[in-house]
Amino acid sequence: MLLTAVLVIPALGALVAALVPARFDRAGRVVAAVAAALTLVAAALLAVDRDPPPDGVLRPWHQVDLAWVPSLDLRWHVGVDGISYPLVVLTALLTLLCAGFTVARVPGGRHGRHLAALLLVIEVGILGTFLALDLVLFFVFFEVVLLPMFAVIAVWGGPGRRHAARKFVLYTLLGSVLLLVGVFTVVVGAGTADLVALSDGAGATMTYGTQLAAFVLLAIAFAVKSPLWPLHTWLPDAHTEAPTVGSVILAGVLLKMGTYGLIRVAVGVAPDAARDVAPTLGVLAVAAILVGSLVCLAQTELKRLIAYSSVGHMGFVLLGIATLSPAGVRAALVANIAHGVITGLLFFLAGAIKDRAHTGDLAALGGLRETAPALSGLLGYAAIASLGLPGLAGFWGEAFAVLAAMQRGGPLWTTLGVLGAVGGALTAAYFLRLLRRVTHGEATPAVAGLGDAGRLSRAELWAWAPLVALTLVLGVAPALVVAVADAPVTALTGVVAAE
Amino acid sequence: MSAHLVATALGAALAVVPLVCGLWGLLARGRPAALTLGVGGAALTLVAAIVLVSTVDGPVESRLEIVNFGNLPVTVGVRLDATVALVAVAVAAVALAVQVYSTAYLRDDDRYAPYAAQVSLFTGAMLTVVVAGDLIMLLAGWEVMGVCSYLLIAHDRTLPQAPAAAVKAFLVTRVGDVGFLLGIVLLGLHAGSFRLADVLAPGVLTPAMTTAVCLLLLAGVAGKSAQFPLHTWLPDAMAGPTPISALIHAATMVAAGVYVVFRLYPLFTASNAALWVLAAIAAVTMLLGALSALGQEDIKRVLAWSTVSQIAYMVAALAIAAPAAALFHLLTHAAFKALLFLAAGSVIHAVGTNLMTGMGGLRRAMPVTFWCFTIGLGALVGLPPLAGFFSKDEILYAAAQGHGGRALLIYLAGLVTVFVTGLYASLLWLRVFFGPVPAGAHPHEPPPAMAWPVILLAVPSALLGFAALSPWFAHALGAQETFTLHAAALAPLPFALLGVAAGVWWWRLRPAEPAAVLGPLRPVFAAGFHLDAVQDTLVVRPVRALARGARRADESLVDGIVEGTGESTVELGTAVANAHRGGVPRALTAVLSGAVVLGVAAVAITQGWW
Repeated sequence: MLLTAVLVIPALGALVAALVPARFDRAGRVVAAVAAALTLVAAALLAVDRDPPPDGVLRPWHQVDLAWVPSLDLRWHVGVDGISYPLVVLTALLTLLCAGFTVARVPGGRHGRHLAALLLVIEVGILGTFLALDLVLFFVFFEVVLLPMFAVIAVWGGPGRRHAARKFVLYTLLGSVLLLVGVFTVVVGAGTADLVALSDGAGATMTYGTQLAAFVLLAIAFAVKSPLWPLHTWLPDAHTEAPTVGSVILAGVLLKMGTYGLIRVAVGVAPDAARDVAPTLGVLAVAAILVGSLVCLAQTELKRLIAYSSVGHMGFVLLGIATLSPAGVRAALVANIAHGVITGLLFFLAGAIKDRAHTGDLAALGGLRETAPALSGLLGYAAIASLGLPGLAGFWGEAFAVLAAMQRGGPLWTTLGVLGAVGGALTAAYFLRLLRRVTHGEATPAVAGLGDAGRLSRAELWAWAPLVALTLVLGVAPALVVAVADAPVTALTGVVAAE
Repeated sequence: MSAHLVATALGAALAVVPLVCGLWGLLARGRPAALTLGVGGAALTLVAAIVLVSTVDGPVESRLEIVNFGNLPVTVGVRLDATVALVAVAVAAVALAVQVYSTAYLRDDDRYAPYAAQVSLFTGAMLTVVVAGDLIMLLAGWEVMGVCSYLLIAHDRTLPQAPAAAVKAFLVTRVGDVGFLLGIVLLGLHAGSFRLADVLAPGVLTPAMTTAVCLLLLAGVAGKSAQFPLHTWLPDAMAGPTPISALIHAATMVAAGVYVVFRLYPLFTASNAALWVLAAIAAVTMLLGALSALGQEDIKRVLAWSTVSQIAYMVAALAIAAPAAALFHLLTHAAFKALLFLAAGSVIHAVGTNLMTGMGGLRRAMPVTFWCFTIGLGALVGLPPLAGFFSKDEILYAAAQGHGGRALLIYLAGLVTVFVTGLYASLLWLRVFFGPVPAGAHPHEPPPAMAWPVILLAVPSALLGFAALSPWFAHALGAQETFTLHAAALAPLPFALLGVAAGVWWWRLRPAEPAAVLGPLRPVFAAGFHLDAVQDTLVVRPVRALARGARRADESLVDGIVEGTGESTVELGTAVANAHRGGVPRALTAVLSGAVVLGVAAVAITQGWW
């Protein structure tokens, strides 16, 4: 019931918001925000009355399993467990904040209700991806996200929006093709598309060759989405050109479809292949950490810098996954959520700064703390959280991804762990460089004349406060994410470890 | 309530009270609220620390698991004993002094509220390190301290060098912290827990692994405690407000590295290599710091280099298995160096410059500050019966009693440093308080909120040494036997007096510019042996070049392939489209030739030609 509601409410909300006549634009946006709020309530309530099956690797708390296209043996099988639940709540939360923010402010001032409706459609796609327990259904939801996001970037984006949107859609479509081939390799090889059955051993019945082919195809598809170096170059353009709410959703949750897919689908379905490909993944993940941080260190545009920082941070998530160890996967999950919260906040702040100063050029920004102390303080907070300060959300995932790599031992993984830790220092370097450029020193002409615009609006406060609070809460209590995922992660890594 | 519960609650309160006051203070509006939270929180913390000293006896440990990364629990909890309580009192007392002092020092600062809140946060973080019973919790306090230090160094908006100094302070320590994190990770992995009690259990690490872990941890310690080669950030950090220099960059945070080695001392004694590295770091740093102090013109930079040098004494004590002496010096240094910085702040406040060339003859206009300053400098030099005499001599006595190269190295470096310390301290004293008052200066005593903290800090600076004679105190610091005065302990005194005499002589020689006596060595000392330039050449510039290269490669190579694929596809498409756009005759020809090709192919396949 709740599971259906989580998907149906945003879909209905999107429909209503889109159909509202143009003169009731604001009403349409309000409808969308209300739908997003109801979705969040429904999503949060998924943790109540858990009723998992007694055994198995993938044991959903709740599930709905209906015939969908019986002639093709397609099933509508959705469910939630400890790995997907935090991501579902994060998605619902960020969508609510973005939809709520859109009520107050529409980029470009046009067609706000359509933007809000598209945000809800994207939400349906992302939530569906996290909830799907059938591979074909997973693929369908994975694709639902693509076109609305294209529209959000291409219609409400910055000056280079068309190029960025095209690049985003073509690049990720390439990933989708591989995903489709991978999905059908699995379905044909294992004889079922059901993720519960596949994770419970049906996947392991595939021949090793099929497993390997499936894993590589799926891993590349998810690597494009995550993104993993060197398949990341769609991201800086898309994040930079997208409107603020688009960037928040992109960085906050869209990337997580890749890492979630890697854990749930690729590793879950083809554990033997995962074991053998893991070192390659680990090397690429660390390359992402280092390259991402170095590029940030030489970056000159605010939003682009934050976009590239995602490459580095998702590198830590992928490093955690690549270790395939209990600590590593837990680290990846908590880093996933932390990145969503912190980078969501960072993009909100970057958008607010660019809206006010009308430039994102680091050379033209400066002295923000003189004219907009609250904004500057929040930017400092988010940057410090993002560089992995213990006590705030960003620390746990990164430190324990490094720990997991060291735990694997041996020259390769030890080197990866050490390089990951060095990447942490580089992350600090570029964020401090950012703060020094943007907040310190004398106010530049772009910043000096802010006056009352330097204050935060009420919409901004409401949209940001939950993220600020969550950053601290997750920093003090990472168990909120780690503990709910305890049983499924233990089961999953147990399968991988068993030869 | 049981004693155990009371101690736990007090220990937790030490960290939680200032942290909550700090977070609350960041949201607070208006000066009165900020002031109440800042000073009130510090006072409450000091009370908790004092009560803890008087109640705690045996080791108390309690913990609460906050998260488990699969058979690897992370806990928060306290591990308390009398030593911890004493250090907590020192931290809380200096923090309160600084909070009170700051109310006057930053009277006209419109960003006093975040400042006071950040000082509270810092205090909480430092006390987290002090009481922590778990390495991850300790790391959290350790890093939060670093961030507060960063924020507070950058506080002054009128100083153009402040933001760069703040970034430098954070990054240099962060580089060391790469090692610190890895050391903690290895310890946690081998012990299966991050609890101090577990990681210190014997037999957890192999000897080789012990050395590796110790060296990794030392990287972090060297960064935080400003020891060679990661000391370069501390002199620049003097761009921060003077009370911050007193609290963070003299009395507490920079001593945290020493404290952490003390907490993990069983690890270090198990590794001879680690002790040698400690000794080498200490010997180099104490001389480097003292000589560099000699070349400075800025009063705060003299004190900063002096801090570098004095912390090296603590590291030296750790290197020769005298941890109690290290901690004793930590406590006395906290008192007299906080005093010196706060008094220097009063002087700067009175004359409006940091440079000693703008000072002179202040003993008449500022007698209270003069006498307090004198006590502080006397303690720094190690003149009896002031606190520094006891603690520093305890270290040198341990070195004199020790056997082997390590002890000898420490003893020799220590004696030379005592001489140089006497030299720079007496020069500072003479240049600031004696000689003619600079023209146009109207020095005056500071307001009471600034004067009283200085006066109160003078008490322990003068008398804390006598505590060494009490068996309780020695026991609390973990010393094997009560500290006693030995005849051999008087050996450094002539060196100190010689240093002071040399200072007086130099000052008579060149009253305006005593450092000129150094000749060609002067710029070398003034620039801290040019290690900044070395660091710049070896680390900063290569990383910057690497970053630029990475960006270029990423944009033109990795993304170039992507964009190139897109563009060539479009070009190909356009070419094909153009080809299809010909006139009717060309199209007809194409269709017909296509038909012929297909026909031939069909025949070929059906006939099985290949």
